[in-house]
Amino acid sequence: MKHTFRTALALTAATTSAGLLLTACGEGAKGSAGSGGNSGTVKVGLITKTDTNPFFVKMKEGAEAAAKKSGVELSTAAGKFDGDNEGQVTAIENMVAAGVKGILITPNDSKAIVPAITQARVKGVLVVALDSPTDPQAAADALFATDNLKAGELIGRYAKAAMAGKPAKIATLDLAPGVAVGQLRHDGFLQGYGIKDGDPAIVCSQDTGGDQAKGQTAMENCLQKAPDINVVYTINEPAALGAYTALKAKGREKDVLIVSVDGGCTGTNAVKSGKIAATSQQYPLAMAAKGVEAVVAYAKDGTKATGYVDTGVTLITDTPAPSVAAKDTAYGLENCWG
Amino acid sequence: MTTTTAPPTGAARASAPAPPRLRGLFTHPTAGPLVALLVACAFFSFQSEQFLSGGNLSLVVQQVMVVGTLALGQTLIILTAGIDLSCGAVMAFGTIVMAKLAAEGTLPPLVAITAGIGVCALFGLANGALVTFVKLPPFIVTLGMLNVAFALTHIYSEEQTVTELPGALTALGGTFPLGRTDITYGSVLTIALFLCFAYLLGQTAWGKHTYALGNNPEVARLTGIRTTRLQLGIYTLAGVIYGIAALLLVSRTGVGDPKAGQTDNLDAITAVVLGGTSLFGGRGAVLGTLVGALIVGVFRNGLQLMGVGSIYQTLITGGLVILAVTVDQFSRRKVRR
Repeated sequence: MKHTFRTALALTAATTSAGLLLTACGEGAKGSAGSGGNSGTVKVGLITKTDTNPFFVKMKEGAEAAAKKSGVELSTAAGKFDGDNEGQVTAIENMVAAGVKGILITPNDSKAIVPAITQARVKGVLVVALDSPTDPQAAADALFATDNLKAGELIGRYAKAAMAGKPAKIATLDLAPGVAVGQLRHDGFLQGYGIKDGDPAIVCSQDTGGDQAKGQTAMENCLQKAPDINVVYTINEPAALGAYTALKAKGREKDVLIVSVDGGCTGTNAVKSGKIAATSQQYPLAMAAKGVEAVVAYAKDGTKATGYVDTGVTLITDTPAPSVAAKDTAYGLENCWG
Repeated sequence: MTTTTAPPTGAARASAPAPPRLRGLFTHPTAGPLVALLVACAFFSFQSEQFLSGGNLSLVVQQVMVVGTLALGQTLIILTAGIDLSCGAVMAFGTIVMAKLAAEGTLPPLVAITAGIGVCALFGLANGALVTFVKLPPFIVTLGMLNVAFALTHIYSEEQTVTELPGALTALGGTFPLGRTDITYGSVLTIALFLCFAYLLGQTAWGKHTYALGNNPEVARLTGIRTTRLQLGIYTLAGVIYGIAALLLVSRTGVGDPKAGQTDNLDAITAVVLGGTSLFGGRGAVLGTLVGALIVGVFRNGLQLMGVGSIYQTLITGGLVILAVTVDQFSRRKVRR
């Protein structure tokens, strides 16, 4: 039994030091961590899909800035991987337990998250969906998001105008099956281009998960299948840059039109250098800031944000096409995120 | 929460009056993790007023019941010096089978639940057969099975989350009042499962044989233990436990989610290691695993109450695992001496 005692001793020491380390981390990150129950400060929770995607990192920064401005306390959490619903459920529960006034969430699973959101709302917490809707949309109090259909439509119309009547061979590098954001952008692009799914102009469709390496693989495979591809729609800029790498390896980068969605700084720079022809820029900072403001208003006098609030989308390109409104990359870089 | 785990620890320690040479076999490594858990609870109760409220503690149990139950099956396999990387993926497949069969409404919900647990058991049986008869390393077998189960989940679900489930599937998510808090039936089931296996491993021949197999399969075979049958049974039983975890997951989220459980295999192994069970087999205890799962849950919950972001929670969990294994190594050396 002697060693059990030692184990206990060591673990005790370990836990204590971990705790101390944490307090340090917490203090550093928050300025005023600690006793949760200090009434007076309004608490806001932000739950993103993951911790690692720059889009959500930017969203967190937007929320932090807005929280500082309004003097509220922000706590953040995220799913462990893209699509992790249970991690988000746990985060909602813990935030409700911590006494937050409102929760801003980018749902990993639009349907599966609904029961947890309902539970929180029953307890009087305002829940705002950011970036992607819940299903049904009314399950959350409000939705602050980019109109992803419109984002797709803008680059679709742009691509159609830029092709100027040449016959198109289109590859679509999509997100993943069953994810609303990806579906909406894809559908919007087709609408803007004036074609439907199954049109013979679409020669290749592959899922990339919005990942650069997978985007490259998908493009390589598409080129094997249809070497004469001349338009590439991509779900986001990492996928677009992956596609560009694959096209460059084949010496096709100059004569293929790549369009994308996001407007991250890396992506906007890629538009500037001509790798990507055009991108639909969205504004995660505004999403988060408006979300925090909504919770502050709710805490002040009980006004609840409701319905869908469009946080805006702008077509960014340095080679504008007639009849499609766009801004240049100088504007894009001023307003980019990431 | 701790009051439920304390008595069995005592009971288990009172058992196994093993001869001195065998003491290393049945020594209980649960005390260390238990102290760590209590220290963590004390720390967080100073940090946040809400931490010790009954509602919050029952929340922690309810948050760890899925990974905890997976970790229970994982413990059985790790005790035999194996490892199961497929547990999360197998559970996800079980949830989809249950949810789809029940939502289509042609079968009674209980049949759907049984079918879901059944397919998980089949996966366990397949893992066990490959490990025992084909003599493949568990790591490789279950790595392959992870991909098989993952793919089948996505094929069978057609990437769709299954909603509109009958009440029977979510019944375990229901609560009953205990004092001033609400406890979910699922939490009770989880703790009952752990107590049941603590008894089986500590008090029965089957339990002793399992430890013996993990310590030295050859010696176990020579002493007359039917190791092949025992190992096959343990893998299948682990599958059944993953099936129960699947039901708990459905009852917790209210849906069948094909994307569920992707990191749960490593989370389950984390709980096992934090609970003082040795990855080399033959040393450890299921109650330690329950404590290990609770440690992770308490840290996640407590840090969230303090307002620390989830990436720091992951950082700390990683540190704790390395510490736990270090401590385990030192105590093993002591035993050998």
